[in-house]
Amino acid sequence: MSSSVAGTVSPTRQALRRVRRDRSARVGVIVVVLLIVIAAAAPLLVRLAGQDATTYHIDLLDPARGNAPRGALGGASGTHWFGVEPLTGRDLFSIVVLGLRTSLVIAITVTVITTVIGTLLGISAAYFGGWYDAIVSRLLDFLFGFPQLVFMIALGIIVPAKVSRPLLLIGVLSVFGWAGLARLIRNQARSLVTREFVEAARSVGSSSWMVITRELLPNLLGPVLVIATLAIPGYVGAEAALSFLGVGVPPPTPSLGRSISDSIAWVYTGADPWFLLFPGAMLFLAVLGFTLLGDGVRDAFDVRLRRTS
Amino acid sequence: MPDLVWFIVRRLFAALIVMLALSLAVYLVFYAIPADPAHLACGKPCTPDRLEQARHFMQLDQSTLQQYLNFLKGIVAGRTFGDGAAAVHCNAPCFGYSFPLARPVTTLIMDRLPITASIALGAAVLWLLLGVSLGVIAALNRGRILDRLAVGVALLGVSTPSFLLGLLAILVFGFWLNMVPVNGYVPLTESPVDWAWHLITPWIVLAILQAASYIRLTRSQMLEELNLDYITTARAKGAGELRVVVTHGLRGVLVPVITLFGLDLGGLLGGAILTEKVFSMQGLGDLLISAVGQLDVAVVVGVTLFSAFLIILANLVVDVVHGVLDPRVSHG
Repeated sequence: MSSSVAGTVSPTRQALRRVRRDRSARVGVIVVVLLIVIAAAAPLLVRLAGQDATTYHIDLLDPARGNAPRGALGGASGTHWFGVEPLTGRDLFSIVVLGLRTSLVIAITVTVITTVIGTLLGISAAYFGGWYDAIVSRLLDFLFGFPQLVFMIALGIIVPAKVSRPLLLIGVLSVFGWAGLARLIRNQARSLVTREFVEAARSVGSSSWMVITRELLPNLLGPVLVIATLAIPGYVGAEAALSFLGVGVPPPTPSLGRSISDSIAWVYTGADPWFLLFPGAMLFLAVLGFTLLGDGVRDAFDVRLRRTS
Repeated sequence: MPDLVWFIVRRLFAALIVMLALSLAVYLVFYAIPADPAHLACGKPCTPDRLEQARHFMQLDQSTLQQYLNFLKGIVAGRTFGDGAAAVHCNAPCFGYSFPLARPVTTLIMDRLPITASIALGAAVLWLLLGVSLGVIAALNRGRILDRLAVGVALLGVSTPSFLLGLLAILVFGFWLNMVPVNGYVPLTESPVDWAWHLITPWIVLAILQAASYIRLTRSQMLEELNLDYITTARAKGAGELRVVVTHGLRGVLVPVITLFGLDLGGLLGGAILTEKVFSMQGLGDLLISAVGQLDVAVVVGVTLFSAFLIILANLVVDVVHGVLDPRVSHG
């Protein structure tokens, strides 16, 4: 009975409708929207709290406990909502929301870059085939079984110190990031290339560029959207991991990964677990929100993505 | 069987080519750096004379191609820097020589490798066992509480960065409950029990996170497999449920699981590097990060290539196992 309705509704609209019905996808949408609003308004929120991420508040620390914050919950109070950082007394709320901003800006930029590169290379490899496809496929194989983290750390040595580290991070994550998307898109596009409508477009003399952008791309928008959404949490995690290892975003720019790394010593001794818990919870929420959203989008578009095969 | 032998030979050859191409690329990229290693080694005051001497000693005055060939030769036959009493020898397989640390890179790597390898191998065994068995359990109990639980664990695992879970585990089990040691590594040769006891938390943390995608894969694959005709045939012939699931169903599941494992090898090494930092163990990651900080190019190139070779080698093993399990692969 719903077939007559489905017939008049575009696939995109059907997908949106399915997202709305999926409970975990709804949770994902809410979390993601909330996070993006927080990240976008972070400077404003920090000012609203009457704080900043750089001022030291030594008076809030307890020298008798190795300069851990005084009071419960890591020194949380009406003025310092998430308490203060041990050792420096900087406002932890400011660090966490600005850190989220850093994280999302990098992750979303990388996602846009890798999606464009991966889609173009994936579709063109499937369309042209032959030696071009062979080269792209070998390159993908190569990038796949590669110790990426090792390479990302190592690249830090060859880039001059004057190159901005966040830009370097975006570059490095993009170089390794497009491969996954390109492979999945290539496999999806290969089944389209032999279909009649592509044949028809070719036979009336459409250029390769026209066939790729007008015939193939619109048919692959669903998978591209799904893979891109699912990739965002990966980049959030990767940025945090590199910053955690000390080769990502340098101080004084706030970063969740670096704060978590700074908290190690305070976790070992149990002196200030809150220094881990606030940035950690924010990072967890960010990855979880985008994962739920990505899963929901995948189910909605009914795209089958297998990393294997 | 000859098919399989040929398959292995072909794979071996392909792996060798990839290693060569990779080493050339890495070498060219890293020796194009603006920071001159000789400049760092020559100290202060650095006269042009002494700089030239250092460059000659470190063989940096030769062409890049010659340097690369020297490097390859070093891996096979070892190499010697300088001559006479000041000569420094680096035995095969020589992955370069760290002048700042005054040690061959191979020795540096071998000192640190056991730590990273202990973390990675233990975690891999645990996550394969955990991932496949939980996935099968979830598939067999489709829609019931056990299934939902496994899928939920998988979701949490996918969304938690390993270092975060590691630190939480330290906080809860190490500090609050005081059950496990929070940091430090004890060599296997010193005390196997202490070795495992110190590694148990890193293993579990890494395994839980990685097992997530295996739970998801095994579950969906098993559900698909159990609907196939040959399973119905096996059941019709009176095979017990255990036999149907383990000998018939699982075989179909294993091939994609192994393929996924091959793709995750690079991630396994990365995970081990993150984990060793969380648990304050000085493994390969620590060696690499401090080398980057000190602009020690020889160590950076050595560690990068060594880990890339390791992954290629491990992939080769995965490929061969794949070929044994699924005859279509080795025939193709």
